[in-house]
Order: sequence, then structure tokens, then C-alpha cells
Amino acid sequence: MSFFYLVAFLSVIFSLMTIFTKNPVHSVLYLVITFFTFTVHYIMLNAQFLAVVNFIVYMGAIMVLFLFVLMLLNLNKDTEPMKSPLVKVMGTIAGMCLLATFLGAFRALEHNDILITPHENIGLVENLGKVLFGEFLLPFELSSILLLTAMVGAVLLAKHEKGVKKQHG
Amino acid sequence: MDNMVSQLQGIPLQHYLIFCSTIFAIGVIGVLTRRNVIIIMMSIELMLNAVNLLLAAFSAHHADPAGQVFVFFIMALAAAEVAVGLAIVIMVYRNTKSLDIDSLTKLRF
Repeated sequence: MSFFYLVAFLSVIFSLMTIFTKNPVHSVLYLVITFFTFTVHYIMLNAQFLAVVNFIVYMGAIMVLFLFVLMLLNLNKDTEPMKSPLVKVMGTIAGMCLLATFLGAFRALEHNDILITPHENIGLVENLGKVLFGEFLLPFELSSILLLTAMVGAVLLAKHEKGVKKQHG
Repeated sequence: MDNMVSQLQGIPLQHYLIFCSTIFAIGVIGVLTRRNVIIIMMSIELMLNAVNLLLAAFSAHHADPAGQVFVFFIMALAAAEVAVGLAIVIMVYRNTKSLDIDSLTKLRF
């Protein structure tokens, strides 16, 4: 039981480090650690398929893509654009107000002690596959079209244009 | 793994709500306070992940696999978003030589 609070604490710490560290590369690495703690959360929720997918897709693919782009653009602390302190303070206050609103709304909820009990193995690949290919077959196929469209769009966008090439050599 | 799962007995759903909204608020603060486009996109990923975990928690609580299927769809959407977004970032950097979000005000007509 206390393990959950330990991992939740680590998640909050590392996500705070993600947004407050100056160097973008360190930021990506802290975000990877945050996602790892999320994977641990999924395992504790008995959602084993999601844990594996989170590990492979987020930590393996998406974060490596971020890191690759950061390295490609050769960014470091010196090229980091800084906002004025006033904007930072205002942004932090706005975020805290949002959090206070959320917590106030949850307090207004009915306060019965709902305990999560991970009964049944709903998180296994077998059960999720049955739901995914039965009830959610159409959205699943549509998401494949979405990924294909994103792939074509990314290739078209990142392709070197001739006019740009002349300007910057 | 059974040991880890049994650790979960006795965690109220309310604590998951508080934890996930904290992570979501941290993502919002990141979007509001940073100027680097890539870090703003990473904060959006943080917000998406907070919602994912909350969906999984509700799914485990109600013993309904539909919530975990939604998480799967959100992950597919996040992957598409990151691919297109990073391509746009590369194009903007190639043209303006900066990753400042304020340089994108040139996108106005």
C-alpha cells in the first residue's frame, strides 16, 4: 500500500524536474524516468498490456524521437529561450489555481472509501484483444488510418524544400 | 507481480484522482512557463499520461476493459501528434533558427 505513495511521490518529483530544469536534454531524460514510474503504476493496477505498451511506445519510441530531434537541432542550455520571471510566476499561479479547483471539486464528491480491488484479469492481452477487435473494431481501424496520415504528413513536412535550402546553404 | 498487485489493496480511488490531477497541473504549468516548443510538447505528453493513468485506474476499479482500450487509443493519438509536431518544429527551426514559441506568431496572416 505504501509502495503506491512512494512511486507517486517519485512521479511528481521527476515531472517537476522535467518542467523546471534548464537543459532540454536533461528534461527529456527526466520525462523518461517519469514514464517509467507510470509503467510501475500500470503494473500495480494489473494492466499488464498497458505497462508493456507504455514501456515500448512512450519510453522506446516517442522519447527517443524527442531526444533525436534535440540532438539533431544541436540544442543545449545556451540556446534555451527564457521567459521573463513575471510570466513564470503568473503561469505557476495559474497552474496552482487549476489544481486547487480540481481538489475542491474532489472534496465535494461523495466521500465514501472506495478501494480499488484489482479483481479479474481484465488487463491481460487476451481480454483486451477480445474487446479491441470486437466492440472497438471500427475505432481501431480508424486509428491505423490516423497513424498512416501522420506518417505521410511528417515526411512531407520535414522534407527539404529547395527554396529553404538556397537561403541557408 | 502478484505481490505488487496485492500492494494495491486499500488505495482509495480518491488518491488516484488527486495524484493524476497533480501531474496534469504540472503539465499545465510547463506549457504556461516554458518557451521552448519541444518542452511544451513534452508537457502535453505529461498531461496525456496523467489522463491515461486515471482511465486505467477507473478501468481497474470498475473491472471494465473499455477504459484500457481508450488508453491504447490515446497512445496512438499521442504518437501521431508527436510525429507531426516534431516535423513542424524542424521546419520552423530551419526557417527561423530558434525554438522560441513566440517566433510562431509569424504564422498569423
